[in-house]
Amino acid sequence: MTPDGRTATGSVLATSSVSSAPTTGRGGPGPRRTGTGRRRLGESTNLSGWLFVAPTLVVLGLFLLVPILMALWVSVSDWTGKGNPFSGDTGFVGLDNYKVLFTEDALTRQDFMTSLRNNFYFVLLVVPAQTVLALFLAVVLNQSLLKARGFFRSAFYFPSVTSSVAISLTFLFLFTGSGAVNSLLGFVGIDGPNWFSDARGLIHIVGDKLGVWSIDSPPAALTDSGVLSLSWWDWLSGPSVALCVIIMLVVWTTTGTFMLMFLAALQDVPQDVVEASRIDGANRWNTFRAVTLPHLRPTMLLVITLGLIGTWQVFDQVFVMTTGGPSKTTSTPAYLQYFYAFEGQEWGVAAAMAFVLFLIIFVLTGLQRFLFRDKDAIAEKRAVRARNRRRRKALAAEGGEVR
Amino acid sequence: MSTLSPARRTPIDNRRALLLFLGYVVLVAFALIYLYPFFIQVATSFKTDPDAVRNPLSLSPDPFTGRSFQRLATSDFPLWFLNSVVVTVCVTVGRVFLDSLAGYALARIKFRGRQAIFTAVLAVMAVPGVILLIPKFLVLKQLQIYDTYPALIVPLLVDAAGVFIMKQFFENIPVSVEEAARIDGAGTFRIFWSVVLPMARPAVITLTILSFQGSWNELPHFIVASQDPALYTLTKGVATLTSGQLGSGNQFPLTMAAALVMTIPVALVFVIFQRYFVTGANAGAEKG
Repeated sequence: MTPDGRTATGSVLATSSVSSAPTTGRGGPGPRRTGTGRRRLGESTNLSGWLFVAPTLVVLGLFLLVPILMALWVSVSDWTGKGNPFSGDTGFVGLDNYKVLFTEDALTRQDFMTSLRNNFYFVLLVVPAQTVLALFLAVVLNQSLLKARGFFRSAFYFPSVTSSVAISLTFLFLFTGSGAVNSLLGFVGIDGPNWFSDARGLIHIVGDKLGVWSIDSPPAALTDSGVLSLSWWDWLSGPSVALCVIIMLVVWTTTGTFMLMFLAALQDVPQDVVEASRIDGANRWNTFRAVTLPHLRPTMLLVITLGLIGTWQVFDQVFVMTTGGPSKTTSTPAYLQYFYAFEGQEWGVAAAMAFVLFLIIFVLTGLQRFLFRDKDAIAEKRAVRARNRRRRKALAAEGGEVR
Repeated sequence: MSTLSPARRTPIDNRRALLLFLGYVVLVAFALIYLYPFFIQVATSFKTDPDAVRNPLSLSPDPFTGRSFQRLATSDFPLWFLNSVVVTVCVTVGRVFLDSLAGYALARIKFRGRQAIFTAVLAVMAVPGVILLIPKFLVLKQLQIYDTYPALIVPLLVDAAGVFIMKQFFENIPVSVEEAARIDGAGTFRIFWSVVLPMARPAVITLTILSFQGSWNELPHFIVASQDPALYTLTKGVATLTSGQLGSGNQFPLTMAAALVMTIPVALVFVIFQRYFVTGANAGAEKG
């Protein structure tokens, strides 16, 4: 994952509607030009405009649009990785590859459903955790009485900019059986698990500890029936211990970026309203809930959306740390499509997985945006105005040298 | 808070002191959580294998050894490093130039189809990168550049987000500057290159940093764009360390040394990046 790239995308997306306005009425010829002059200048403007964007269009078209169309074809073909998928030897199989994922009770569907389950629990834990933690750290860092806030901000942000590969290797060492984390747990008398070979699900473990069920002989009612190639027992496993390590790693690396977004938004909270609320007798918590939190709503939307998009794309950490194991409990759709294509040579099925994943991300972000918007349209409008203000301020700060 | 009346000061001061203390506790605790793994990474890379396993938390290698780095130096690691440098430099230079060109056109040149391209780039930004793994492999094979340097570099040359950063910045540069140059008879490219681009220095630096960091840390694209070990970049080569080439298992000092070397360039840029933005903002405030 490249949290930073996504950050840039996100914050730009959030503000893109804002600053197209100043361009209107620009670059055109002066008012005194004659008709022919205008046309000639228009043509040369057209030409230079297209020349300027041509390289970008070529690269985006060639390595984004065309490949997606190619993969769309492969997802409805029987290509096995040999020869050219676009030659006559490759046949059209309709939706067969998609059916394999959803309707045929076989290993492929089981693998795919397992990866969806894993990723579901992953999202369920990572998105709230990173959002809450980022907000918490931002609120603490926003207290102007604290010293060295710049240092702490950098410290919290640093993991976000470093390589996912380097961090994955470091976490492999930290969480190894005799590693730093288990040593720490040992200090407080806890016998840490063998993180990366522990396939037990968190819900299974908790239920076992609470005496709801025994993890060694799970209730037959749950194991004997199921849906979509997984038993109810398997669906209800929760994230495995190994997946929990990746969850912690991802929360650890992404929080910093989101914290910066919250911090920027917090600095935009009108201080007079906060002070008025305090003078009126509201305590800190109530002031935070009634004044600050509503103001942070658009940032919250952005952070959750980016979180949803990012968490359905976990790949690097799985590739480096676990390759989907133990017992496929860290396999995610993003990793599985890679594995089926490049290791298993099942290109059609793998491409179909990629498009299903695309759809999941698309629907989830759409749904999420819709839910947030529908609830409180007025707050949304206010937020857009605030975002404009913030953007203008940021640009003024960035472009300060120019002025 | 500074407007509180003197009569209420004492109890408030006590509470404030307590809150301050709690604030520092939180900050220090989280700073440890966020930085200690890196300290362990540094310390472990100078440890021996048994020492690393026996004292995983310790920050002082005993005995201190540079053997891991020597082993890296005699492996394929320098080759991976070189590949990463080549790819990162090409991608960064290309991205900054092409994104600026496109961003300028979208911001300032009124040409037919501009709005359509704008919308298209917006749509492109919504495509999740990880679903492009198979598609990218297919197109690189089809173009017959799979397993070459261009395969590693060219697909990364443009990023839609970068185009937007530049577009937004150019939109906020006063038009009068360009018009003065146009009256002097400068062409569009000349205006862009010698007048507008130098003014966009803050945005160019931001984009350079983002591109450098992004391409240096990139993994999935390199996985699908080549299989030749001679074309391994740092991320791809080091990712195979756990299972591969240099042996595996418990050689944590080796993997930590590799992780450290690949973290250092980004860490350096990170430090410079921070300082730049602090001073840049200050300078702007003084002038403005």
